[in-house]
Amino acid sequence: MAQKIKDELSGVETTGHEWDGLRELNNPLPKWWLYIFYVCIAWSLVYYVLYPAWPLGSTYTKGLLGYSQREDVVQKIAEAKAGQKKYLDAIAGKSVDEIQKDKDLLAFAMAGGRSYFNENCAACHGAGGQGGKGFPTLADDVWLWGGSTADIYQTIQHGIRADDGATRGTPGTGMTAFGKDGILNREQIDQVTDYILSLNKKQADPAKVAKGKTVFEENCVACHGDQAQGSVAAGLDGIGAPPLVQSNWLYGGDKANLVETITNGRAGMMPAWAKRLDDATIKSLAVYVHNLGGGK
Amino acid sequence: MTTTAEAPTKVEKRPSRSLYQKHSKVYPKAVHGTFRRIKWIALAIMLGIYYILPWIRWDRGPNAPDQAVLLDLANRRFYLFFVELWPQQIYFLTGALILAALGLFLATSLAGRVWCGFACPQTVWTDLYVWVERLVEGDRSQRIRLDQGKWTPAKLGRKLLKNAIWLLIALATGGAWIFYFTDAPTLLGQMLRFEAPMTAIGFIGLFTATTYLLAGFAREQVCTYMCPWPRFQSAMIDEDSLIVTYEEWRGEGRGPVRKSQSWEERQAAGLGDCIDCYNCVQVCPMGIDIRDGLQMQCIGCGLCVDACDDIMTKIGRPTGLVRFDTQTSQVSVAATGKPTPFRLIRPRTVIYSLLMLVIGGAITVGLILKPGLDISVLRDRAPLYVALSDGSVRNAYTFKIANMTRDPRAYTLTVDGLPGATIALAGDGQEAQASSQRLTADPDMVATYRVFVTAPGGSLKAPSQPLRMVLRSADGETAQYETVFMAPESR
Repeated sequence: MAQKIKDELSGVETTGHEWDGLRELNNPLPKWWLYIFYVCIAWSLVYYVLYPAWPLGSTYTKGLLGYSQREDVVQKIAEAKAGQKKYLDAIAGKSVDEIQKDKDLLAFAMAGGRSYFNENCAACHGAGGQGGKGFPTLADDVWLWGGSTADIYQTIQHGIRADDGATRGTPGTGMTAFGKDGILNREQIDQVTDYILSLNKKQADPAKVAKGKTVFEENCVACHGDQAQGSVAAGLDGIGAPPLVQSNWLYGGDKANLVETITNGRAGMMPAWAKRLDDATIKSLAVYVHNLGGGK
Repeated sequence: MTTTAEAPTKVEKRPSRSLYQKHSKVYPKAVHGTFRRIKWIALAIMLGIYYILPWIRWDRGPNAPDQAVLLDLANRRFYLFFVELWPQQIYFLTGALILAALGLFLATSLAGRVWCGFACPQTVWTDLYVWVERLVEGDRSQRIRLDQGKWTPAKLGRKLLKNAIWLLIALATGGAWIFYFTDAPTLLGQMLRFEAPMTAIGFIGLFTATTYLLAGFAREQVCTYMCPWPRFQSAMIDEDSLIVTYEEWRGEGRGPVRKSQSWEERQAAGLGDCIDCYNCVQVCPMGIDIRDGLQMQCIGCGLCVDACDDIMTKIGRPTGLVRFDTQTSQVSVAATGKPTPFRLIRPRTVIYSLLMLVIGGAITVGLILKPGLDISVLRDRAPLYVALSDGSVRNAYTFKIANMTRDPRAYTLTVDGLPGATIALAGDGQEAQASSQRLTADPDMVATYRVFVTAPGGSLKAPSQPLRMVLRSADGETAQYETVFMAPESR
């Protein structure tokens, strides 16, 4: 047992522990520190009683104040919702065009639309609407089903070729599979492909192009229009046939992809969101998508 | 080998001057004299400025605050008389801080720690608190006796009264500080109606507590242990700086004055002018003995000079045994009896002054040329670019215009660096492509636009090329922003 030794210089007792001749002074803790420590202990005891503190297996001590962080959050969300109600009501009561013209509503719809978009749309169309093969770019100027606010609103509500009564396009059915269904033979597909390439000023065999033109006029004009301008430009509603003279191709505009498309057809679909999202949300989305840059 | 009883080892006693000193309370004694008067005047000026400044009005026109000095953190604007700063102009604060530091250096190189002794808030409020203390508890000896005595109702009453007045001063201090951050009359009205916002109350509480603790209890410890300035002030002074000095050659050796002894006899006995009355120590708010020489703790307030001069006059000796003087002059006086003239112009004072002129000039020029317009451009990252059906490429940018004037302004946006490029704006259904676009911004607001820049397909030489956006206001002010225009690799 270490004996008590007094340090000569300071007159303070040492702890009796010695390391290489150095002895530790047994100075008391500073009073202010000690009192704060005691206050903290007292505080913690009060806290245990007032607030949820101790886990008890499947439950916990609830505390006298009945405070609950979860309820706090629920209440805060409710408050936030109540704060948004004014705008949401206004959005629900107006057309997408009217929302666009109202500065406050536009800002609100854009902010909301961005998060709704990231939550629901970005998976297919990409964050920012850059699209991908088979998933249209929403920021460009090619719109198979129309790019006006009303068109975009309709598309988000009811989808394309979706299981919804008001959807556009026939569910499960899109462009005819000219090769698979035996309407065109390989040679004709080859010729019409070259014709389309020539329309886009790409390399094509002139002999095939002349024959392909005939094939095109006999088979494709009904949907894509006599100038290959696409169904929207040709004024044909509910078909969704893209313009064939352009540089943005949903499934690729090179020879191989064109042959693949003509042989097997395409039938891109989009779900109807009216089943999952409320009207104000869909309107906000329509505003947001329209403002991505592709809206017409 | 014979065993002899070992003599007990003798422990050599060292002078017990520990590295670690326990805190001993300082009881500054009342003093009268020149420096005390200067300190009162400085205190009145400092407190006057502090309390009056937020109440000065300054007309900035409609929809703008009319408070001369307002640090509007909520709306992120600083108003200082005719200067109005936005967050992105915070570098002026850097300039002001550098200027303040240089001013401190210059003052120190000229006259030691005069800032600490006369103008520092810690000194000003401590001085005020000591004055209250003296008023309630009496002067030094009475206070010491009171503190050593037993707790009696009278003692408790005095202590309570002192602390109550201290708290009131602290409250007035904390309360005045927040007037700098919001409209003062409005806030005072709210405070009087007990409607002040929680933030205001919280900060008043904080500043009240810190004033009370720092000026009431921490006092000289703030200067000695918390403030970094004394640690390197010695680098700012030289032998030509005015400092509080003790004329050791004249004062030593010390000894009490005896009626029976004439000054000649006293000198013959090896005693100097210092009669060891300890008045200089007792009046010192830092609790130091100036006769030990220049010390880190000395704040250069000169109260010891007043105290010593008083005594010297009483005993019929020349004043100035403790005085404001330079070391050069002291050496000269000790050797030849003649002081040297004060050298105002020295390399360091010249350099500090020049630097202050340069920085001050830069700030002035900066304020004069301060633009009323600032733009920032953020390019869309997803998608990096959009290929359009006719082969052209489009990039989208978020375009922000900070209109720092008090008028609504209209601007023309053009782009440089892309031949044939067109600009369109999102929203409002007005997305016409044009070579320039008209944008507007409300006064004192940031307007945000989504800008689309489209370049014809053939015009793009590289996947990424520089693009300069130029915004020109109707009255000719221009702002530019360098960004890039991205395009697919194959184009």
